[in-house]
Amino acid sequence: MSLMTEITIFVLAVFVGFEVISKVPTTLHTPLMSQTNAIHGIVMLGGLIVVGFANDGVEYVIGTIAIAFGAINIVGGFMVTDRMLGMFSRKPRPKAEADAKKGAG
Amino acid sequence: MIEAVLKPGGDAATALYIVAFSLFIIGIKQGTHPTTAKRGNLIAAAGMAVAVVTTLLLDGMGNWGLIVLGLGIGTAIGVIASIRVQMTEMPQMVALYNGVGGGAVALIAWSEIRHGISLGEDFPLDSLIPVIFAGIVGSVSFWGSNIAFAKLQDLIPTRPIAAPGQQVINAVLLLAIIVISVVLAVDHESPSQGLFILLLVLAAILGNLVVLPIGGADMPVVISLLNAFTGLSAAAAGFALDNVALIVAGTLVGSSGTILTMEMATAMNRSVSNILFSGFGGAPSGGGGGSTEERPHVSIGAQDAAIKLAYADSVVIVPGYGLAVAQAQHAIKEVADELEKRGVTVNYAIHPVAGRMPGHMNVLLAEADVPYENLKEMEEINPEMPRTDVAVVVGANDVTNPAAKNDPDSPIAGMPIIEVNEAQQVIVIKRSLSPGFAGIDNDLFYEPNTSMLFADAKAAAAEIAAEIGNL
Repeated sequence: MSLMTEITIFVLAVFVGFEVISKVPTTLHTPLMSQTNAIHGIVMLGGLIVVGFANDGVEYVIGTIAIAFGAINIVGGFMVTDRMLGMFSRKPRPKAEADAKKGAG
Repeated sequence: MIEAVLKPGGDAATALYIVAFSLFIIGIKQGTHPTTAKRGNLIAAAGMAVAVVTTLLLDGMGNWGLIVLGLGIGTAIGVIASIRVQMTEMPQMVALYNGVGGGAVALIAWSEIRHGISLGEDFPLDSLIPVIFAGIVGSVSFWGSNIAFAKLQDLIPTRPIAAPGQQVINAVLLLAIIVISVVLAVDHESPSQGLFILLLVLAAILGNLVVLPIGGADMPVVISLLNAFTGLSAAAAGFALDNVALIVAGTLVGSSGTILTMEMATAMNRSVSNILFSGFGGAPSGGGGGSTEERPHVSIGAQDAAIKLAYADSVVIVPGYGLAVAQAQHAIKEVADELEKRGVTVNYAIHPVAGRMPGHMNVLLAEADVPYENLKEMEEINPEMPRTDVAVVVGANDVTNPAAKNDPDSPIAGMPIIEVNEAQQVIVIKRSLSPGFAGIDNDLFYEPNTSMLFADAKAAAAEIAAEIGNL
């Protein structure tokens, strides 16, 4: 890929990023951050390529640490985001049910 | 080991990377509404799976034992952390994730330099420059985020820690980093690995020194900014590795971090450079309280508060970080439930910096089962304030101080606030009249329609809920 192609992709991605993310409501900003942490875990690909093609002790070590760091981001990021969003999508208890509970107690 | 292999840099691999980043964008787009966000997160995760599997299928990949080891360790830590983390600890967790993300980029940049040198050929500038950039920003993010984590976790004092002449030291460090980068780039035929490691070390020191002097109140801005940095470093790594998935994903993260940084800075009415280069946030919070003279205020008990609330038509609850510290979310929700049973409309007014990171308070309230429809943003709730019978301020302080609007000489003048002083009556649940992070007295406490309820937020809320139930 030529440098100019990459810069084109980068500039377009900046516009897409600002466009899409500015529409995320404040309520969801914490899950957005943990989700972008997870997406940032894409750098693990770099670690995989380093280790996958390495034939030198130092590269084995730094590459493996980079893979572990990336995997923490990916797995931890997506899982904790899922946990948080579960709290938002939980259906509010219907009023009647809540009242019935109180009547019984 | 695997039959179907993809050519590194080939069309098939690139096409799969394009699928991956498209899924990221679709996933984030679904994240614009609470009901679709969970599915969006799964879509983004699917994109990540495509990207990882594509890379594992590249022709010539080896060292599978190490790859499995790295994946195993990272996955185990990620799973345990995401299950065990408390919602109040989310800022620390995001700080830590920012840190390991930046660290991964710095390590990858380092091995790219080693790899390039070992080939013994001219290092092309269009990959050397991104590698240098990724190394610097990755290292700054890693160390800066670790300090932010340590501050949020109370491992080191949250008050600003500054050495004399710190600005000069930072400037010298930055200058040294720029000079070394230029030397490396000029010497692209055989860049020195030693110089590159020195660059990583200097960036590490800079990351530490920039975050150490920043106070606890400014953490939302710092976390967002470091988030943006890690994104940029990933995009730079993408340029170095000629990988579209890294370029696009990194840029998305960078945009997100940048937007959040700007929003947080606006909400505090301060510029990012002001936050980074002056220790205002949290500086005087300890000693500032002593000088304030005793001003007349109204103090009430839980029973009076319960009566005021129970006979209101509309109530707005204004939570601050003190609510989370006191773990009072669930008790406050009980108060709201009791009021709703009596037909009172209850809404929550969330200031953008109510928590310790963007949107933090919303998550804490969602955890307590508060429906997201009742969480109102500042711009949305302020026009409703004059029609609100009772505003209840719990654990919030500076973000309700009318001095921000009325007193041009106030240190927080111009900061957007939740205008609780416009409500018919105000109840402030607080331990004492002590000032907040900004270290200034809150005029709200002395207004004639404000009643102070001096108590621990959780205990007071539980008592009020019980009193309302007995009415």
